[in-house]
Amino acid sequence: MSHDDESAPSSHVADQIAGHVADALAAVAALTSMQDLDERGGAIVGKRSALAVMQRSLAGLSPDQRRDVGARLQEARRVVEEAVASRRAELLASARTQRLEADRLELGDVVVQRRPWPLTDGHAGLVSTTQAQLEDVFVAMGYEVADGPQVESDWYNFEALNIPPAHPARGMWDTFYVGLGDPETVVLRTHTSPTQVHLMESAVATGTLPIHAVAPGRCFRRDTPDARHLAVFHQIEGLVVDRGITFADLAGTIETFTRAYFGADIDSRLRPSYFPFTEPSAEFEITCTICRGEGCRTCSHTGWIELGGCGMLDPAVFDSVGIDAEEWSGFAFGFGIDRCAQMKVGLSDMRALIENDVRFLDQFA
Amino acid sequence: MKVPLSWLREFVDLPETVDEIRETMDDLGLVVEGVERVGEGLNDVVVVRVDEIHAIPGADRIRRVVVDTGAGPLEIVCGAWNFGVGDHVPLAPVGAVLPGGFEIARRAMRGVVSNGMLCSARELRLSDDHEGLMVLDELIAPRAGEPLLEALGMVADVVFDVSIEGNRPDAWSILGVARDLAARFGRTVRAPEVASPSPGVRSDSVAGAAVDAPDLCGRLTVSVLRNVRVAPSPAWVAQRLQRAGMRSISNVVDASNIVMLELGQPTHPYDAMQVAGGVIRVRRARLGESLETLDGVVRALAQPGRGLGDSGDDLVIVDGDDVVLGLAGIMGGATSEISAATTEVLLEAAYFDPMAIARSSKRHGLRTEASARFERGVDPELALHAVGRLVAVLRESVPDLEWLDEPLDVRGEIPTPSTVRLDVHDVSRSLGVSLPLDEVVTHLEALGFLTSPAGDEGLNIVAPSSRPDVRTGVAGRADVIEEIARLHSYRRLPRRTPSWPAPGTLNGRQRLRRLLRGVIVEAGVNEAWTPTLVSVRTFDLTHEGGTRITVTNPLAADESVLRPTMLTGLVAAWGENVDRGFVDVRLGELGTVFTHPEDTASPRVTRGGAGGRATLALPQEGEHLTVVLGHRDDDAISAVALWARIATRLDLDDVVVRSSTDLGPGIHPTRGAVLRDRTSGTCVGIVGEVDPELIVLVAGQSNRRLGVVDLDLDALVGLIAGEQTTRRAALPSRFPSAVLDLAFVTPDEVHAEDLRFTLRSVSPLVEDITLFDAYRGSTVAPNTRSLAFAVRLSSPDHTLGEADVASVRQLLINAARTSGAVLRS
Repeated sequence: MSHDDESAPSSHVADQIAGHVADALAAVAALTSMQDLDERGGAIVGKRSALAVMQRSLAGLSPDQRRDVGARLQEARRVVEEAVASRRAELLASARTQRLEADRLELGDVVVQRRPWPLTDGHAGLVSTTQAQLEDVFVAMGYEVADGPQVESDWYNFEALNIPPAHPARGMWDTFYVGLGDPETVVLRTHTSPTQVHLMESAVATGTLPIHAVAPGRCFRRDTPDARHLAVFHQIEGLVVDRGITFADLAGTIETFTRAYFGADIDSRLRPSYFPFTEPSAEFEITCTICRGEGCRTCSHTGWIELGGCGMLDPAVFDSVGIDAEEWSGFAFGFGIDRCAQMKVGLSDMRALIENDVRFLDQFA
Repeated sequence: MKVPLSWLREFVDLPETVDEIRETMDDLGLVVEGVERVGEGLNDVVVVRVDEIHAIPGADRIRRVVVDTGAGPLEIVCGAWNFGVGDHVPLAPVGAVLPGGFEIARRAMRGVVSNGMLCSARELRLSDDHEGLMVLDELIAPRAGEPLLEALGMVADVVFDVSIEGNRPDAWSILGVARDLAARFGRTVRAPEVASPSPGVRSDSVAGAAVDAPDLCGRLTVSVLRNVRVAPSPAWVAQRLQRAGMRSISNVVDASNIVMLELGQPTHPYDAMQVAGGVIRVRRARLGESLETLDGVVRALAQPGRGLGDSGDDLVIVDGDDVVLGLAGIMGGATSEISAATTEVLLEAAYFDPMAIARSSKRHGLRTEASARFERGVDPELALHAVGRLVAVLRESVPDLEWLDEPLDVRGEIPTPSTVRLDVHDVSRSLGVSLPLDEVVTHLEALGFLTSPAGDEGLNIVAPSSRPDVRTGVAGRADVIEEIARLHSYRRLPRRTPSWPAPGTLNGRQRLRRLLRGVIVEAGVNEAWTPTLVSVRTFDLTHEGGTRITVTNPLAADESVLRPTMLTGLVAAWGENVDRGFVDVRLGELGTVFTHPEDTASPRVTRGGAGGRATLALPQEGEHLTVVLGHRDDDAISAVALWARIATRLDLDDVVVRSSTDLGPGIHPTRGAVLRDRTSGTCVGIVGEVDPELIVLVAGQSNRRLGVVDLDLDALVGLIAGEQTTRRAALPSRFPSAVLDLAFVTPDEVHAEDLRFTLRSVSPLVEDITLFDAYRGSTVAPNTRSLAFAVRLSSPDHTLGEADVASVRQLLINAARTSGAVLRS
């Protein structure tokens, strides 16, 4: 058998296929709408299409020819199907464009007075309301309010606060690391304390000591959320750096704040604790707001509940921001805003705060 | 840490009441998180002997048991099957109250009267065993009639669950707690009994010790114990361990654990036969070495870790053949473990560098009782004292135990004790109260500090070796003052509320936040709190192609990216409310959105790296107010209306609504506008509708419109700061105003707001001008629309006449014409 005998029908078939493909592509290009495509698509790529008909006629060919023609047909169908798919995308996009065009509205011409506003009231978030109330108490006590970033370098979140890399004390904060820079060098702040460092650095740089500030804000801890904790939460930090500040000032401040915010019958007390950035350090407890000190389940029958941490600024922190510990002294404190909110309204599951259910939100001011 | 009161009382005389002790511990910073009473409620439980067991007709689960109570026979109905005649078991007689408050009453079952209850160990809270009755013959030689506690050699006890702060390794032991309490109560600590080495064979004749890494291993002692017989511990040892939360394993291991709990010194016993040459050597692990630790895990050693500045140093214990026996201070290997056949023990008691252990432990994810103590700092002078105590404990079960003379003791680098110079003034400067020098001295010496007078009112202080938390110099002064305050009691310190001349304030941005929150709440918006960490899919919905800021260790895969916008979260939250059946919901959030430093012209540049010596580009954190208006009839117009309310409250009449098709993904491309300040060109946000595709994808709603307002607070803050300085009050005219209505056919490219501004400035008589209608349709030319304005005219000094009005009207028409707008006829 000569080579020509085999190739002659093949080349004829090839022309035939090419012709079908050209026809099909022309038909695809002629489709003008999605409806068009739905109606005529079958004739182009479906069982009734010329290529499909040809496919079915392969049965009469020799095995070699069947393989050869079959492959060519397969390729031809792929080309046509791709063309249909891309036309479909074009038509969808153009249908969307048409829909959007039909929907077009010139907002510059809107006559606002024409739109009566329904008389429904919204509600501020429980946490932001609590934060504002806390801010107000501290502003009245002479504090400024400072903001700080949520993404921090290891330096601000830890090291400048006297928590060196790998220090076991880091176990106190379950940390989310951000994929920037070297591994584990950028974190979502685990507390508002880095704002202390920013405040002190900037006061040193601008020569504006003393500092009397509170810094509320969002913090993150890699801790599975439950009824009592959320991985994303809010803290408020207090910082005072001035001349002649003592532990008595700290204890008095906690007391004044506690009474101003929780009520005159709420007492506070301090007990020794450990934070790397304060020394002496203390945990502060307040009279249980549920039982008013009588003893109940919430306070494990002690009459006291833990609210936050505080202490005199550690000389090592002063050292890292360049403040002379012989001239200046100060204190810092911090506690959970969400926890204050929880205590005020007796919230039994913190997760309600992030579920945004209007039935929950509608309850508050 | 579990602290059994009975153990504590061995070292110090304490008040009778548990509450007083607990209060005192709290006040010392040894916070009691729980109090467990062991053996409580068991006073009435007695040992009985089973004499007869009979089936009860018609019952296949319970039997009638006759027991001898020592005072006679008693019939009990019992559902357990694990005992036989002759066995001794505990009986809770009628009237007894078991731990947990269960009171035993006389009951009749299947017509048989039961005069009490035979108990399992779990019912008595003595262990978790609830397989059947607690058969006492397996444990002791019981005698019917004996009280159970007496038979078991138990005393009712109280176990405190104490939280020891990270800076107090010295308090992380029974003796440490006793030391603090003794100092507070002015008592002395009774030292536990300690053995001495047996004279005769010198340790170095049979064993060796070497430290190749003196910087990481400050002290290595190796003791040789002979005539060891591995056996169960005496009952009191097992009971103590159990109360302190550990299991009894064997006399050798138990003695080691008792010493760790009691004194705070971890020790490691090796089977001497398994240690080549009897040599214990400490060195750095080499890259490529590995070790199978006791927990069965094969660990590659000396692999550099991820932590900042982690060199990958692992400290290992090797023997005379340089075979790795264990990860120093963390966990031993399987080969040299004590077994039942062990007769000679090499006992390692050491001091390792806390940071080295901390890094190693973190890198291997392996935290043990030993590593937790070493990484906080064990007393470097404690090692041989602890061995002496261990030998004394072990001798109770192995009386002829021999501790070879002159235990090996190799020293590396041990931190020198901190020295602090303290003046009484320092105490009052820090605490706000003057404490007499002799009180200061008393407190410090009770805690083991050495003091000597320095000057008239000063002290030179040397910290004990058990207090690695106390630093030298200025920082050490703060540490010492904390100790003084602790013993004096924080509660007794004075309180004073400080004041200063500077008033407290909110800054412009903070006031803006409150104002915005107030406006949206009045407008029916509920303030939401949507996730800061979102999924990759959520990010891509609005910011595909942008650089994601990812969290490398998220709690869940779909909470791994910092949100680039609050829009998706709010639309999702709106959708959830719709799904709950609440279809008229408006949600807003004031919060932070993040842009990758590579995607912004203004990344936040800040200090970072070890020591804060490097500079890092961190994400730009933008503050936005995003509101999604989702009442059924809300749409882009509602959004414009909300913005108008906000603009009024912010006094921003120069910010115009400019339709735009390029508002970014997520916003409806033909129903949106930017909010631009005409003067500065600053864009303060956008208004419009949410892209219908996004509503479908995020909230699954296909036939709802959602209005959206998104404001950039950073831009607003700047704008408001500028505006407030230029505002001047205008006095309203006392003369009547005239009102003109004018409609102009205006080409589409001329903005209504621009035309309004143009018209307003034609004459000082124009008091106010508002758009009240916009008409598009067949009666006006294509690509134009009719804009109708109400113009209010007034003069400060006279009533306007017809001529005034006519002239202003003409001015308005002329001005409109220059803009391409023609008076509609």
